[in-house]
Amino acid sequence: MDFLNGITLIANYILIPGLTYGSQLALGALGITMIYTVLRFSNFAHGELMSFGAMSSILLTWLFSDLGISAGILPTAIIILPIAIIITIVYCLIIDKFVFRFYRQQKSKSVITLIVSIGVMFFSGGLIRFIIGPGDKNFFDGERFILKAKTFKAFTGLNEGLAIKTTQGITIILTIILVALLFWFLNKTKTGKSMRAYSDNQDLALLSGINPERVVLITWIITGTLACVAGTLYGLDKSYKPFTYLHLVLPIFASAIVGGVGNPVGAIIGGFVIAFSELIITFAYKKIFFYLIPNEFTPNGLLQILSTDYKIAVSFVILVLVLLIKPTGIYKGKVI
Amino acid sequence: MYLLSAQNITCGYNSIDIVFNCSIGVNKGEIASIVGPNGAGKSTVMKAIFGLLEIKEGKVLLDGEDITNLQPQERVLKGMGFVPQTNNIFPSLSVQENLEMGAFIENNDGKDMLDYIYGLFPILHDKRHQQAGELSGGQRQQVAVGRALMTNPKVLMLDEPSAGVSPIVMEGIFNKIQEIAKQGTAVLMVEQNAKQALEISDLGFVLNQGKNLFTNTGKSLLDNKEVRKSFLGG
Repeated sequence: MDFLNGITLIANYILIPGLTYGSQLALGALGITMIYTVLRFSNFAHGELMSFGAMSSILLTWLFSDLGISAGILPTAIIILPIAIIITIVYCLIIDKFVFRFYRQQKSKSVITLIVSIGVMFFSGGLIRFIIGPGDKNFFDGERFILKAKTFKAFTGLNEGLAIKTTQGITIILTIILVALLFWFLNKTKTGKSMRAYSDNQDLALLSGINPERVVLITWIITGTLACVAGTLYGLDKSYKPFTYLHLVLPIFASAIVGGVGNPVGAIIGGFVIAFSELIITFAYKKIFFYLIPNEFTPNGLLQILSTDYKIAVSFVILVLVLLIKPTGIYKGKVI
Repeated sequence: MYLLSAQNITCGYNSIDIVFNCSIGVNKGEIASIVGPNGAGKSTVMKAIFGLLEIKEGKVLLDGEDITNLQPQERVLKGMGFVPQTNNIFPSLSVQENLEMGAFIENNDGKDMLDYIYGLFPILHDKRHQQAGELSGGQRQQVAVGRALMTNPKVLMLDEPSAGVSPIVMEGIFNKIQEIAKQGTAVLMVEQNAKQALEISDLGFVLNQGKNLFTNTGKSLLDNKEVRKSFLGG
């Protein structure tokens, strides 16, 4: 029984949150990977694009609540998500038209475009705070839990409860759907194949009659979709605050690089590696030991390797280690 | 009357001309080779004929039609295929996807051509689901040629098809080129290995310093004392 309690504890505090956070990072890292492989620059503005997507969802949620439309047990954000995605895509295309296209036509080095993307990041961040304000916004509504801790305890008779929040369930399911759609598109459709061809060998793609502007357009549509969904899910799960997305860029980049830059499968794996590392290293293990070893040996401390304040440092340590030891990442990607 | 001909073209990079008043041509079902020493402008002529470089003087005719001012993609639609010397495949795409990309511009799935190419290069059929970047040099070259053949071109242009492959593989590639020509496709190629190229060519163009030096059938060029001495190593 004690053993099962320990397992439940791990599932509740590491497995479920890790899968959720990992999904959010994976979606973000996929967006960065798309831009990196097709447009050939590291897009530091991606965190703000996610923030923009989340902001669109919040504004639409408010609008829909005022109109009295809701999704019942699901959060309203789910039904307005398609509209929010379209708004985010339009924003991406506007930014591309007025900023990135210029540098593409100049055939600028990717480092220059990277710095441009930092400018876009600050601009977008400012714009978002101007529109919605810098404060905390909670836009979750509907049923809070899929599985309540109390119900779980009553059902199994264990001391520890296992809770699954609605947002966690939605995050994992939406991520699976989106990733499946993306891989189907890239590997099975003609347009998707032409995008991979363009990212492989631009000159030969031109010779084969692949239209680069169309490839760029589709890349932004995919990126905008991924950013909006990832941002909205993160905001639903942890409440929305514009500044948090600035910090989110770092673990997202770490995910993309750890997994193997430019490799979509790697981006997903990387997202989960980073998410679970952060949770495993900042988790207080005292309670688990309480269940697994005799009580008189249980130490007094929290048995936490690092305080949760150092969460971001964990992804950085992994990032540096990967770049030093295996610069191509887990899945063989490009070396930056 | 050639199927594809470049007439008295002058071209180069930026303001520096490399090729002067040069004429090249190839007939239906025949192989024509452009040979010459390093820096003779062989590849430059090829790029100019395919529209990758601006032509300053002269014109390019395909089947009697002036195509001098067409974009490379438009030339593909007119029935030309081009295999660049390097970076001529999509390394992370599978062999079959590489071939499909060759037919991208035609808006069809190119099933017939796919069968023809797999017939021509059986090894590609065996490896059709493998990433093209994982193949050997000779197999990559087959993928590159196959990709260019997907639009069923009237003229196939090859820039140094034997670059970087062993002599045995080169022989194989040359055999395939002869097979392609037998099907009625005109083949125009630039070759570093002048002797072997001229042996299979109906027509040969010896270039030096951007100018036509000799133009004759492959066999007579091989027999020509001066050509032998200067370009074929005696």
